Amino acid sequence: MLLIPCPFCGPRNESEFAHGGPVRARRPDPDAVSDAAWVEYLTVTPNPQGPVQEHWWHVRGCGTWLTLWRDTTSHDIVKGPDDA
Amino acid sequence: MQRYSLFSLARNALSGHRNWARAWRSPPLQPAYDVVIIGAGGHGLATAYYLAKEFGQKNIAVLERGWLGGGNIARNTVTIRSNYMRDESIPFYVKSVAMFEDLTRELNFNMMHSKRTMVDVVQTYSRMRELRRRQLTMDIYGSTYEPISTEELRRRIPALTGGGPDARLPILGGMVHTDAGVNRHDAVAWGYARGADALGVEIHQKTAVQSLIRGADGAIAGVQTNRGKVRAAKVVVAVSGHTTTVTETAGLKLPLRTMNLTAFVSEPVKPLVDVIVNCPDSGFYFSQSDKGEMVIGGAPDAGQSFRRDIKQTVFEDTVTAMLSLFPAFQKLKLMRQWGGHLDIAHDASPIMSKTDVAGLFITAGWWGGYKAIPAGGLTLAHLVARGEPHPLMAAFTLERFRHLDFVMESGTTTAR
Ligand SMILES: Cc1cc2nc3c(=O)[nH]c(=O)nc-3n(C[C@H](O)[C@H](O)[C@H](O)COP(=O)(O)OP(=O)(O)OC[C@H]3O[C@@H](n4cnc5c(N)ncnc54)[C@H](O)[C@@H]3O)c2cc1C
Ligand SMILES: [Zn+2]
Repeated sequence: MLLIPCPFCGPRNESEFAHGGPVRARRPDPDAVSDAAWVEYLTVTPNPQGPVQEHWWHVRGCGTWLTLWRDTTSHDIVKGPDDA
Repeated sequence: MQRYSLFSLARNALSGHRNWARAWRSPPLQPAYDVVIIGAGGHGLATAYYLAKEFGQKNIAVLERGWLGGGNIARNTVTIRSNYMRDESIPFYVKSVAMFEDLTRELNFNMMHSKRTMVDVVQTYSRMRELRRRQLTMDIYGSTYEPISTEELRRRIPALTGGGPDARLPILGGMVHTDAGVNRHDAVAWGYARGADALGVEIHQKTAVQSLIRGADGAIAGVQTNRGKVRAAKVVVAVSGHTTTVTETAGLKLPLRTMNLTAFVSEPVKPLVDVIVNCPDSGFYFSQSDKGEMVIGGAPDAGQSFRRDIKQTVFEDTVTAMLSLFPAFQKLKLMRQWGGHLDIAHDASPIMSKTDVAGLFITAGWWGGYKAIPAGGLTLAHLVARGEPHPLMAAFTLERFRHLDFVMESGTTTAR
């Protein structure tokens, strides 16, 4: 069970949250990038054995969306590359 | 190869079963092969077998980092069926089910195949519509799907006492897929390994591929393993959930995510359920093994995962859902639980394909890919040997992503 830090409610049980999928790159203008880059944006998600950034929705709590980094090998919530 | 028969069994019984020949060799690792297959799971071993048997390739090595048949093939719930959604998928799985039914004879290895029908318990109208739609398409390709009433459902599965009119999701009816069956996963791995070995294929266990090696021209040149470099002009990646881990080393980006799918089994009890029961709206499925255990599977963990255990939340959700329809199972003791990491493609259909690296092939996205092992092995062997996709899998190459021509599949029971 993850203990997910909600910015409004503090650490809450994972069962109060819905998983919102991986955080994706910014959507490019399809006319401004190559076909390969457009296909990659649409279909490819980083799949590391290590930290991934993802959205979670505090749906059975305050209703906010948040992002966190989670290690795919341990499920631990970890510091992301941009976290201070 | 030593044939298995009633006669060989009797003869070996006389010598106390001490003189059986080894089922496969453990030869020394050579510096080069024509084809290197990474991963001795179902897909890797079946591909090696059909490359040798149907396409006359002899100089093949299968490299396995652990022991053969110790990956997801050992962790799956052995449901074999062809009730998929898409015109591209159904004929492929119909072929695979038929090949499974003939596999005992083909490999001279008892698969303990038990054709026993799968019954879907339907609790929402959207599901009912989706399954009726599948039925129309399945009809075209000779797969079986028939609706049954709730009364008939309860007659066929007497333990199904929940889901009455007062339940949160009352049962609306069912669908029956008579082609479905279960068999013995170890026999599939060992049978293909023994068959491939007899045709000259070398299987190297405890041989982990650390990276792919590309030549000066960019084409595949071989693999780096913990036992040294192995050269090959053709390399097949058949590592289930670890596809991207391996292909990253050649700089490839693939539309695959790795997830953890889990299962658990109960103590053995007397025969109680003689079909495979699938409850997609509640989110679990199970069948009773020959030993009497209930083999139960649920939904995957939320998000990507390389873990191989079951999360408490997933476990509790699955058990709660199961007890809502099968309240008598409250008395069952649960014995073991586990998970396995599988990769799933962007559109949930498998990927059997060449790649941007010449000579490098992948077979991946096998979410529910146990049932696909015979047809997957045969058709991938065709692609590797001939350079052209087999008609049954031509829709499953990476080309579909290049053209944004997805084969969106919903027949993978628990995938969301
Ligand atoms: C809980 C669960 C239930 C399932 N239920 C079903 C079901 O009912 N029906 C169904 O059809 N499917 C089911 N599946 C899916 C099925 O198990 C997989 O799709 C299938 O086994 C994958 O193909 P495989 O047998 O080749 O994989 P695996 O058996 O995983 O083989 C891959 C092999 O590659 C090896 N490997 C990995 N990396 C390396 C490396 N770097 N170097 C060398 N070797 C490496 C691994 O050790 C492994 O042995 C289930 C899976 C799970 C986890
Ligand atoms: Zn909150």
